[in-house]
Parts: sequence; C-alpha cells; structure tokens
Amino acid sequence: MIEFQAVTKRYDDGTVAVDHLDLTIDDGRITVLVGPSGCGKTTSLRMINRMVEATSGTILVDGEDIRSQPAAALRRGIGYVIQNAGLFPHRTVLDNVATVPMLLGTKKAVARKRAEELLATVGLPPELARRYPSQLSGGQQQRVGVARALAADPPVLLMDEPFSAVDPIVRDDLQDELLRLQSELGKTIVFVTHDIDEAIKLGDRVAVLRVGGKLAQYASPAELLANPVDDFVASFVGRDRGYRALGFLSAHGVEVNPVPTVAVGTPVADARERLEGGWAAVVDDAGRPLGWVSEVVLSTLDKAVTATDVVSGGSLYPVDTGGRAGSLRAALDAALSSPAALGVAVDGDGAVVGAVTAESVLKALADARRAGEVPS
Amino acid sequence: MNVFESVYEWLTNPDNWKTTLGIVGIPQRLAEHLDYSWPPVLIAVLLAIPLGALIGHTGRGGGVVVSAVNVFRALPELGLLVLLVLSMGLLLATSALTIVLVAVATPTVLAGTYAGVRNVDRAVVDAARGMGMREWEILLKVELPNALPLILGSLRAAALQVISTASIAAVVALGGLGRFVVDGFAFREYDQMAGGAVLIAVLAIAVELVLSGVQWLVVSPGLRKKNARGRSRVR
Repeated sequence: MIEFQAVTKRYDDGTVAVDHLDLTIDDGRITVLVGPSGCGKTTSLRMINRMVEATSGTILVDGEDIRSQPAAALRRGIGYVIQNAGLFPHRTVLDNVATVPMLLGTKKAVARKRAEELLATVGLPPELARRYPSQLSGGQQQRVGVARALAADPPVLLMDEPFSAVDPIVRDDLQDELLRLQSELGKTIVFVTHDIDEAIKLGDRVAVLRVGGKLAQYASPAELLANPVDDFVASFVGRDRGYRALGFLSAHGVEVNPVPTVAVGTPVADARERLEGGWAAVVDDAGRPLGWVSEVVLSTLDKAVTATDVVSGGSLYPVDTGGRAGSLRAALDAALSSPAALGVAVDGDGAVVGAVTAESVLKALADARRAGEVPS
Repeated sequence: MNVFESVYEWLTNPDNWKTTLGIVGIPQRLAEHLDYSWPPVLIAVLLAIPLGALIGHTGRGGGVVVSAVNVFRALPELGLLVLLVLSMGLLLATSALTIVLVAVATPTVLAGTYAGVRNVDRAVVDAARGMGMREWEILLKVELPNALPLILGSLRAAALQVISTASIAAVVALGGLGRFVVDGFAFREYDQMAGGAVLIAVLAIAVELVLSGVQWLVVSPGLRKKNARGRSRVR
C-alpha cells in the first residue's frame, strides 16, 4: 500500500505542483493519476521514488517512510517506466532488461537468463535480445521498458505516460498487454496519463487531479463516469460519458434473438429465401460472421454468395467472454454499427449465436435501473 | 623539374632516410615529432575528460567551459612558445613546447567531453536515475559510454592539432618534422621544405586513421550512425 499524507510540492519559484495530497493506493491494483497539464500528476508519481522530493508531508510504502533509506536503494525496489522508454542506446535489449538485477549484484549470466524470460513475458521474440534500442519500433521499445522495470520483480511499478508517444493502434495493444500482464503478476501499479480513456480502460481506481495539484475525485472508473463530483470532473471525463459508462454494465439481461444466416457458397436463390427484413448475416464454415447480404447485394451476384461480396459488418458483441457476458456498450455498439441494425452476438469461439437490437439493449438498461443495478 | 618531381625526389632519396655525420634523417625526425606529440595529448585527456565529464554531469560551469575554450583557441601558439622559452631558458625548451601543446589540446577535448555528456538524452539519464543508479554509476555506465563518439571525435581533432602545431618546435632549436620546413626555408631548399610539410600531413592522416579504427572498436554498435536504410549497422 502506498499512502500520501498531506503531501505538498512547492518549487523554488513558488509554483505549487501538488497541494496537500492525501491518497491511498491499493496493493495489487492499477491506480491511475489523470488530469490536465499542470495538475501535478507526474510530480506526484515521481515523489514516490524520490525523483522529486516532497516539500512537506509523508509518503509511506507498506507503512515505511520512503525517506528511511537512501534514494538509490529505494528506487532499485520500485519499477519505473517512462514515456519513450528511455532505453540505454549503448546496451543491447537483453542488457537493458538486466540492468537493475546487475545493480543489485546478480551475476551477469543469471541476470541475462532472467531478462530472456521477461522478453517472452512482455511478448517480444527472443531474436530481439541482441538488438540495440535504435533498431526497434516505438512499441517494441516500450515493451522492453516494461520488461526492464519488471526485471528485479519489484512489488510496485510506476508508469509515467508510458504509452503516449506511440500510435493509437500500438497503444491499444500495449494497454491490452499491460492488463494481461497485470492479471498474471498482480503488481501495485501507479499509472500517469492525460488520456481519460486510457485511465478508464486501465484503472481499477482513478484519481482525477485539477490544475494546482488538488485531488478532485478518487473513484472507480464506473463511479467516475456515473457520478462525477463536479463540473470539472464531468467535463474532463468527457461528453460521451453516459455511453462509455455502459462499458461497465453487464449485458446479461439483453435478449439475444435468432438471426438469419447464410453460409459462404450458398446459391443466390436459396440465400434470397433466407433474408429477413431485407438482410442476412454471412458466415464461414465455422459459423463466424463475415458480413451481411441484402436484396441489393444478391441482385449483383450470379451464382453463389462469396466471402468478398458482402457488406462489411459492424462491431461484434461477445455473449460470453470467459464466463461473463459482454458489456452493454459492446451490445449497443454492435447494434448501432450494423448495416442491418442487428448487432451480431458471438460466442467464445467467435461463432454467430444470434443478434441484439438497440431497443433490447435500452430495455435491459431500463430493467437494470429499476432493479437498482445501475449506480446513480 | 617541377615542384612535385623535386619533392618526390627528396622524399625518395635514400640519403634523407639515414642519420649520418650529424645530419638527421627522416625516421629520427618522425620519432622526435611523435615524442613531442603524445605527452601533451595524454595530459590533455587526463585533465579534460574528468573535468568535462563532471561539468557535463552536473550541468554547472558550462558557460565557463565555453568561454575558456574560446580564449584558449585564440592563443598564438608560436608567440606563447617563444615567450615560454625566453622565460624558462633554452634548456627547458621541450617542457615549454609540451605546455603549449597541452594548451592547444585541452580545450578541444574539454569541449568535446562536456558536449558529449551534456547531449546524452535526458530521458535516458532520468531512466537510469529512476532505476536506482547512483550519480557516479550514471556517469560511468550511461553518460560516458553514450558520449564516447563525441569524446573520441574531439580526441582525434586534438591529436591533429597537436601534430601540426608540434612543427613549431624547430623554431626554438628542437627537432621534429618541422625541422625540414624551417631549415628548408632558411636554406632556400624548397624541396626539403615541401617534403617536410608532406611528411607532417601524412603523419596526421595516419594518426587519424588509427584513432578512427580505435573509435570503431570501442564505441557501442548501438551508437553508430544510421545508414541510408535507417537501421544501424551491427556486427
């Protein structure tokens, strides 16, 4: 557990970066500090490993004052990941990852063996081990940065906007990878970002800070979206927060209706028979959705339905993701993005099991509200 | 006979490569020239690299470095040498020469080391500190290895300056390859004068090649310049 007790950081020029911050960060969870530029989120993070020294107040890690040991010793026990990774250009990927164990006196061979395992853990192929950072892509560098922070198996990981310099698709991958890693490792992660979407995706709890270094709200992402404490938080959380809040509600109550399907290779005449409301979903041999066909599409085909002549479908609604239903957001988005206004529901193997409508999602939401399942 | 032919003649004349009857040949002058050159370079390295690294690491005193370097670069080497020999006496001419050459080499290496350490990506230094490296570990394990290309570049430049400036030794009755230039001028033997100049240039180029080879060996492959395809070349 990391505790901030009335922590203030005032710079020599009088600027107050962090103002009387009280915050308790839970073990084994991802806590995200988020806020606009100048809100002191990075300063707060860097005070935990004493890269910035607090002006007043106390920070405790597992009940122990961080000032009770030399800064360098403290830092060796805390993983640290920064924007652009900050890899050592003169060292190979493997030696970068082995840095902290070597500082702690682990033998080189042992540290490198451990580094090799960590590269696999963060999803990097072993042949990258002997490369230098300048030969890696930004996403790969960031993965190496995470592996390096994990090398000495620290209980706490500090991450300072680690994914903000990579493109959106890579960022999404890295975020998913972090969540997967965290489900295996259960570290205490403090994560700084200015991106509220990233905060909501990754955080078990999110601390929203306002300019001047004051804590505005500290809550779970669902709570933050449902009940922002004031206008600042509401505007920071964003315009679509009602819609995004659906991401935290299970869609178990949403009715899944049968959907007409045609397999690839079905003769056009038979496919036309199966249309309902003018549309039918096209599936492959394993029953996975490929898209939609309509009367208009079929009229352009001569013989049989092919995989290429379909109207591309919308997003998919997973009915079952590891024993849990998908979210209301996934269900509603599937319905809204489908050309047939029917959201394709798929099972764990990706096969079509039916379809949901936007109306059925809203009805399920209304039911959930009545039953008091929606925080309000 | 044009000047190229006469210089070629002088350089290939076996008599000029032998030391006999008080006439000193090319090999001995070359050895003297190297003898004058290496101690000042070594002293400059010992003085400038620790100082430059310290200033670069702390960031304090950078302005002093820049102005000191500029002042030293404006020094008239020949005038300084003559002044030192007059005040120290002709017996200490070699020491006077060494002082002048140290003054030539030190600012270059100092500026290169300071710039090299200062130019290491601040994010890399921040990461090193955040991982728990102590200040001396950051300097030795991160900043200096990454500054090495610039440091060695400045060392090469300093060596070249010293080798060319060491020719002025002849003016204060010392030896070295400058002897041929000064004597050639005095006796109007222009083949000897030009031949001496060619030898100094060849020596400078040879030293440059050797130091470039050393640099290639000791600098991490991760720091080599990127080739046209945008990927570093690695052994």
